[in-house]
Amino acid sequence: MTPQQIANEAAALSDRAALLANQARQMAETVAPVAAAAEPFLLLLTIFLMACFVGYYVVWGVTPALHSPLMGLTNAISSVIVVGAILATGLSDSIAAKTFGFLAVTLAAVNIAGGFMVTRRMLAMFKKKGS
Amino acid sequence: MAQTFSTLAYLVASVLFILALRGLSHPETSRRGNLLGMIGMGIAIVATLLKPGMGIGGIVIVIAGLAIGGTIGTIVAQRIQMTALPQLVAAFHSLVGMAAVFVAAAAFYAPDAFGIGTPGNIKVASLIEMSLGLAIGAITFSGSVIAFLKLAGRMSGAPLIFKGQHMLNAGLGVLLLVLIIAFCATGSQVLFWLIALLSFALGFLLIVPIGGADMPVVVSMLNSYSGWAAAGIGFTIGNLLLIVTGALVGASGAILSYIMCKGMNRSIINVLLGGFGSEGGAAAAGGNAADRAPVKSGSPEDAAYMMKNAQKIIIVPGYGMAVAQAQQVLREMADLLKKEGAEISYAIHPVAGRMPGHMNVLLAEANVPYDEVHELEEINAEFADADVAFVIGANDVTNPAAKTDKSSAIYGMPILDVEKAKTVFFIKRGMASGYAGVENELFFRPNTMMLFGDAKKVTQEIVQALQR
Repeated sequence: MTPQQIANEAAALSDRAALLANQARQMAETVAPVAAAAEPFLLLLTIFLMACFVGYYVVWGVTPALHSPLMGLTNAISSVIVVGAILATGLSDSIAAKTFGFLAVTLAAVNIAGGFMVTRRMLAMFKKKGS
Repeated sequence: MAQTFSTLAYLVASVLFILALRGLSHPETSRRGNLLGMIGMGIAIVATLLKPGMGIGGIVIVIAGLAIGGTIGTIVAQRIQMTALPQLVAAFHSLVGMAAVFVAAAAFYAPDAFGIGTPGNIKVASLIEMSLGLAIGAITFSGSVIAFLKLAGRMSGAPLIFKGQHMLNAGLGVLLLVLIIAFCATGSQVLFWLIALLSFALGFLLIVPIGGADMPVVVSMLNSYSGWAAAGIGFTIGNLLLIVTGALVGASGAILSYIMCKGMNRSIINVLLGGFGSEGGAAAAGGNAADRAPVKSGSPEDAAYMMKNAQKIIIVPGYGMAVAQAQQVLREMADLLKKEGAEISYAIHPVAGRMPGHMNVLLAEANVPYDEVHELEEINAEFADADVAFVIGANDVTNPAAKTDKSSAIYGMPILDVEKAKTVFFIKRGMASGYAGVENELFFRPNTMMLFGDAKKVTQEIVQALQR
């Protein structure tokens, strides 16, 4: 192999390397926005799954005698969706969003007040022997 | 800074909600648990109202909504009879579902408020989450409305089945999926409302074929759905509190559904396909009874006399007690028997009643101390040395066929071993079989005595006989 051939091959190799590097950069560029978009979603998903596990263990700890109050309480706290309704009503100037937001706030409020009150009524009835 | 404040407040609220559920592990701590839940909700609402950028007009509208809804909710919760609890819970679930639909619509028309795009140009990821929250919310709404109507007796509790029902539901399910994909690709307003409409129809069709006594599963499942809907909205608007709470509620409802299914030895699929308890109920009622050994029926006076001399009595309440509103007079009976020196306890089957824990609440309402009330596993061994098992308004959950007869519809279902007690009393209106349509062979045993009549009336007569 002459020095000329070696130089040629080296040049060809470096060209291919440059091409590959360019392709890799292009790929990274196309993936980047997806990854950037996926990042916050993955964070939320992590929190969601962790909360599922917490819920699983906490709810198995609930005594079966209190399963009705459990439904009342979970019903009340699921109305935390009111937060989304408040944001829509307060942060947007759109009439549609304000209308839907108001309706959602009202329905959720029925649930919040009703759910906690009826749970409180139920729990107040559970008494120990002799009390 | 202000943004950090609300995030921190949401974190505190999430922790308080977890502690609230934790409190329900014991009746003593449960009241504090409920209070923690209220505080958490209060913090969440106030922190949201204090967020930067909230317009005064918006805040006024929100407070008006909170005041109107809060007043209605408070009045309803205070007036409701405890026996109407299952339908109240179903009605409340429907409200969460509808609220989720409205929030999804608000996010669709004003995505800029949540930073997920501009109207007509919403991020695809957000569209996916939005459509899921919307669909689950709408299914929760219409499904809960049907559950409410069935539980409140405004619609027949009998399963409504027709030919091709499952094919129709499956077809609509596929169509819903197609609509969601099309919606995510286009962000079209028409598709948004089509998804809502189709989901309403699906929720309705899914619950219609499910019979009255399977309602504990349905109510728990809808409880779970309302949580998943909240979580779906949480993902849409990127709110951690909604996601965490939705997951907690979703998990809770799923566990309750599982416990209820296990209490009937049926799979959730079997329950959801519906139709159970539709056939046979009436047929079994009349026919076979005549060919069997004679049924021993007694008078309330006989029962009173025998229980007066009993040492250990276990009471088994069922849905019939709730229907007859017999819990108060039952407790009076128990008090009189305690004075005679008897030891009284109550045995609760997991699926007794129309919602999880239904019997426990009714007995608590009648001032029965909770330490006298026991779950199936705790008390089942004690029937063997009980003098009397007093079954009031329960049937299928005591049927020994579940242990022996492999062909029975209830085979494998855990049951209360009442037949091991020396004497079994059954308060029943007639010889009709229970929800599962299976005849109870216990009625024909020599140590069983039937007390025919309305649960409340019969118990009242026993109380009168005991007072003599």
